[in-house]
Amino acid sequence: METIILFAPLVGAIIAGFGWRLIGDKASQWVTTGLLFLSAALSWIVFLTLDASAPEQIQIMRWIESGTLSTDWAIRMDRLTAIMLIVVTTVSSLVHLYSMGYMAHDENFHEGESYRPRFFAYLSFFTFAMLMLVTSDNLLQMFFGWEGVGVASYLLIGFYYRKPSANAAAMKAFIVNRVGDFGFALGIFGLFWMVDSIRFDDIFAAGPMLAEARINFLWTDWNAANLLAFLLFIGAMGKSAQLFLHTWLPDAMEGPTPVSALIHAATMVTAGVFLVVRMSPLFEYAAEAKMFVVYIGAATAFVAATIGLVQNDIKRVIAYSTMSQLGYMFVAAGVGAYSVAMFHLLTHAFFKALLFLGAGSVITAMHHEQDMRNYGNLRRKIPLTFWAMMIGTLALTGVGIPLTYIGFSGFFSKDAIIESAYAAENGFAFWSLVVAALFTSFYSWRLMFMTFYGEARGDAHAHEHAHERRPVMLIPLGVLAIGAIFSGVVWYNQFFGKIDKVEEFFGIPAHVAAEAAEAGEERAAAPAEGEVALAGPPRGAIFIGPENDVLEAAHEVPKWVKVSPFVAMLAGLFIAWMMYIRRPDLPGRLAAAQRPLYLFLLNKWYFDEIYDAVFVRPARRLGRFLWKKGDGKVIDGTINGIAMGIVPFLTRLAGRAQSGYLFHYAFAMVLGVAVLITWMTIGGGAG
Amino acid sequence: MTSADFTLVLPEVILAVFAMGALLFGVYGGKDKTAPILTWTTAGLMVALGAWIGLSGEGSGSAFGGMIVNDGFARFAKVTVLLSAAAVILMSESYMERHGLLRFEYPLIIALATVGMMVMVSAADLMTLYMGLELQSLSLYVVASLRRDSVKSTEAGLKYFVLGALSSGLLLYGASLVYGFAGTTLFAGIIEVAGEGEISLGLLFGLVFLITGLAFKVSAVPFHMWTPDVYEGSPTPVTAFFAAAPKMAAMGLLARVLFDAFGGVSAEWSQVLALLSLVSMFLGAIAAIGQRNIKRLMAYSSIAHMGFALMGLAAGTVAGVQAMLIYMVIYVTMNVGTFAFILSMERDGQPVTDIDSLRQFSKTEPLKALAVLVLMFSLAGVPPLVSFFGKFYVLTAAVDAGLAWLAIAGVIASVIGAFYYLRIVYFMYFGDEGEGVQSAMSPVAWVCLMASAGIMVLGVINLFGVGGAAMAAASALVN
Amino acid sequence: MSVADFAFYVFAVTTLAGGLFTVVSRNPVHSVLWLILAFISAAGLFILLGAEFVAMLLVIVYVGAVAVLFLFVVMMLDVDFAELKGEMVQYMPLGLLIGVIILLELGMAIGVWQFADLAPELRQAVAPDPQEVQNTAALGRLIYDDYILLFQLAGLVLLVAMIGAIVLTLRHRPYIKRQDVLAQMYRDPAKALELKDVKPGQGL
Repeated sequence: METIILFAPLVGAIIAGFGWRLIGDKASQWVTTGLLFLSAALSWIVFLTLDASAPEQIQIMRWIESGTLSTDWAIRMDRLTAIMLIVVTTVSSLVHLYSMGYMAHDENFHEGESYRPRFFAYLSFFTFAMLMLVTSDNLLQMFFGWEGVGVASYLLIGFYYRKPSANAAAMKAFIVNRVGDFGFALGIFGLFWMVDSIRFDDIFAAGPMLAEARINFLWTDWNAANLLAFLLFIGAMGKSAQLFLHTWLPDAMEGPTPVSALIHAATMVTAGVFLVVRMSPLFEYAAEAKMFVVYIGAATAFVAATIGLVQNDIKRVIAYSTMSQLGYMFVAAGVGAYSVAMFHLLTHAFFKALLFLGAGSVITAMHHEQDMRNYGNLRRKIPLTFWAMMIGTLALTGVGIPLTYIGFSGFFSKDAIIESAYAAENGFAFWSLVVAALFTSFYSWRLMFMTFYGEARGDAHAHEHAHERRPVMLIPLGVLAIGAIFSGVVWYNQFFGKIDKVEEFFGIPAHVAAEAAEAGEERAAAPAEGEVALAGPPRGAIFIGPENDVLEAAHEVPKWVKVSPFVAMLAGLFIAWMMYIRRPDLPGRLAAAQRPLYLFLLNKWYFDEIYDAVFVRPARRLGRFLWKKGDGKVIDGTINGIAMGIVPFLTRLAGRAQSGYLFHYAFAMVLGVAVLITWMTIGGGAG
Repeated sequence: MTSADFTLVLPEVILAVFAMGALLFGVYGGKDKTAPILTWTTAGLMVALGAWIGLSGEGSGSAFGGMIVNDGFARFAKVTVLLSAAAVILMSESYMERHGLLRFEYPLIIALATVGMMVMVSAADLMTLYMGLELQSLSLYVVASLRRDSVKSTEAGLKYFVLGALSSGLLLYGASLVYGFAGTTLFAGIIEVAGEGEISLGLLFGLVFLITGLAFKVSAVPFHMWTPDVYEGSPTPVTAFFAAAPKMAAMGLLARVLFDAFGGVSAEWSQVLALLSLVSMFLGAIAAIGQRNIKRLMAYSSIAHMGFALMGLAAGTVAGVQAMLIYMVIYVTMNVGTFAFILSMERDGQPVTDIDSLRQFSKTEPLKALAVLVLMFSLAGVPPLVSFFGKFYVLTAAVDAGLAWLAIAGVIASVIGAFYYLRIVYFMYFGDEGEGVQSAMSPVAWVCLMASAGIMVLGVINLFGVGGAAMAAASALVN
Repeated sequence: MSVADFAFYVFAVTTLAGGLFTVVSRNPVHSVLWLILAFISAAGLFILLGAEFVAMLLVIVYVGAVAVLFLFVVMMLDVDFAELKGEMVQYMPLGLLIGVIILLELGMAIGVWQFADLAPELRQAVAPDPQEVQNTAALGRLIYDDYILLFQLAGLVLLVAMIGAIVLTLRHRPYIKRQDVLAQMYRDPAKALELKDVKPGQGL
């Protein structure tokens, strides 16, 4: 069954991608979508029937066998995989369905051009790669999926290949991700070097050993666990658009909106979080790396939220919101509350996909207008979309009744993260997240108010014709809305309830903490390598170290901490209401009064400009130099010199030697003999 | 002299007796009118003998006091020689008929040349070697000037003859030096005395002279000078024949001498062969660029290919011989196909050999153009076509034998060489409009062309099992 | 120095001189005559070795047939050897240089010549003992018995040479009138002759 889940999208992609000429546009759309729904249905069955205490490993084939490197294609079936399976396949299948409406007509392509099968093939291929990533049982397979989703992302961002901006964005995404992938690859190499295996089981088992070991890297002695966790996290930063490697994500919104929903909100960008959680047995031994994760996550959450405050493009607002929420997840993972990170990943997938698809619906309704300043008062024109967006916003901002179990999904997961951050006694993270929650609330409601309330602005014609487009686009909105409302309350206990519930859900033996603590002491006393290797991998989908009591502590936090996100949310709502409903002139005046700050935020903290000056231009200059001088002059020059100068010269020479005179020929032969025997005489033979 | 001795050389005897019988039949049975039937029966007999040899027996035996052997290596080479000779005379029949060259002696001389080649690859004695070589060479001299009313053809024959005589002289001189040293002409005796201790200078010279004599036959630089002129001057079917079977036979003979007689001193001849291989590859690649005549071009192409095959021999290992054999089989196959096409090139009933005349050929004959494209790519060694693997085996063998420098040079040479093959393709597909060329092809030639191109593509799967057969042949030769 | 030794040196010097003058003499007919001298001296050397049959063959075949054929060919072809040689002069220095180098190297090889330890034994194995077998009979045994294969192959070579000579030179010229003896003999006056009555004074 898992195999079907994994390969159904690939089959769809191949059929649609290579066979669409045979089966036609419509059929290829239905085939891919149908296979994805099959995959999603099976995923849910797997998720609901999974016995978390007995994780499976399903080998598909032997892949590489080279020296000590031996790798399978295999599925590692545990709770973590199951969660990712339902997230990926559900969102993907809904996005497929939605795309049938969204992509029905596209002004970026000429009349009669067949672009839809290609789009669906890319989507299905992406899904396959993503599934490959989440089901992998070794780092190489994961890296394959990791790069596969990168390629799919590149292809889909640049789907409107006639738009230069789309092509540029695609390249940017790809290149920025290279930086992260370099770290990831280094991490894999390092792990293979240290552990001599890239199978997760072996690596997890070696966690305690790594915590003791040291690596010399860049002329410095590092703690192995910290360094490797750090390198892996670099990869995660790239994929999940964390601060410093985040610049590609907003630009990636050049792709079609369903792509943004699927790849750049719900699934691919969360691969980084998944990686950190998957590698929890390593991160648990890497305190400094975890700290780094927390700081990066918190800073990302904060910075992205500030930028989101002033953006005008509806998709960019949501994109920055995504980035900010990813920051939340990393904070949770960094403080050791892995289950909470997964919880937010799950709920976020639902409500963020919902928001994106809603935004896509708005955009189609408004004839591909994306600037919110040209929206306004759309709630009567497209009521269903409005309600969907409203649910998404409520979930994102975390509306619920504090101290109870009533609320939208984001309410549970986000509050859980903030509580965990407080419990981890990290003031910076905690306050960043609370402030970010305020900003989140503000920009989300700003989006809602600017789009659906107030006066209709912009092109009147567009407003007159705005209406709900197609039912296939509304069904996914409905399904996701259900998820956005209920996913929090349904799985609250499993992810963030009592510790034993969580452990049962993730299949962690209840007493593992105590055991591991003892074992750890023993090892500290006698760090013999053989013993460590024999210890075996920790059981369960995630690993919670013996000293890690964040989950328990998070439940014990003071009341004011639990209420704080709610208060922040209310404050954001209130400010947004003030500025965009009550006093619509306020934002302009504020922007004028605080012009430097406004520009600073509007220009995204000038990250792009700084990178352009520091990295892009020098790199280009270097590239140009190597291209023109190195490649053009030196290499091409040499080759051309040989090819155009020396070789023809020799050819003429050979032609002249071929004079046609018999005695020349005979002479050449005798000369040859003379040379050979002279050589033999001098070389004395055995040479 | 027992019947066992003759049993061993039965295929040769049959072919020779057939040639003599056919000669009588031709002379008294209507002269040139019998030529088509003689062509077909000769080819049929060659195929039958090839099949018989290929399917018969294992192991090895020798006859006539050890002067001739029949082992896996000989069988492999003989099958290749027989099949390629049969293919060439069949596909050239219609050409010769059209141009009034179809003499009934032609298939018979080819048959006798083939006997010579079969003796060559079986030779286990310097004298047998020489007799086989001369039988083959003399036949080739004759057919080279078969178009006796053409100055070019007679000149080709004469040049070939004079230079061939010179090379025979060198070979004989080498043989006499070797005999003087070893006191025997039997390979089995030579290897016994040559292996012991330090090699004497006289024997070394003998070896060098032997190699030069044989290098002439495989047209390795600098003993290649006859090749372009003879290829160009001879009638095209004869050129096709030159390019295929005799190359295989001479290569087989060279391998046979070096391993059977001088296997103990492989370090010495290995460096000589490496040098010949190096200059052959480069000269073949470089000089071909200047050629406008496709027959001359193929001459240089064969020089370059021989360089590669010599590289396999220079390795001096089982893998090297195997690579050489695979390479030669692929080379022969490619040449049969290519010449099947060259034979068909004509304009207003006159043969043309100018590569410029191929401009826009793909427009008039897309299928043939495609086949030629495959063959040209294959000659250039473009993966994934078969000949890439041929080259790959040779290079691997050379690298494994510590001749990495030669392998690198070979790669460079093949890059240079790719230029002129691709130029033909360029002319066919992208050339300017020009005076075109017609392609008049007999069904047999068409089959040869298509089969050859098809083999180049399909052979990548397992080389039609040639790899295993070549392995067996190579290990029979190298002990 | 016995007579045999003396004869050997005479024949040897004559052979070498003959060869040298064959190459250098200006008149091609003279060259062939020098060649004949060389052959005859070589035959003398064979006699000294006790190989009288080979010596006679040399005289009969080479001198009697081959050299005379050469002589005819040389006389029939109008080749200006002097001109050819004139052209050769410009290549002379280089050719000489290479010749000298090769000569030196071969001299070196022969100077340090050594037979393989097994060589005399191997050589003896093939050759029949001249004390027991008569020269001609031994040769016949070798050629028709031990070396039958080579003999037959040589026959094939000659066959090819013959076919080749015919193929390359024989021309059927249908437009040339030939004498056909049989046709002449079977001619019938009835067919060949037609009698006409010509009336006098009328003309044809």
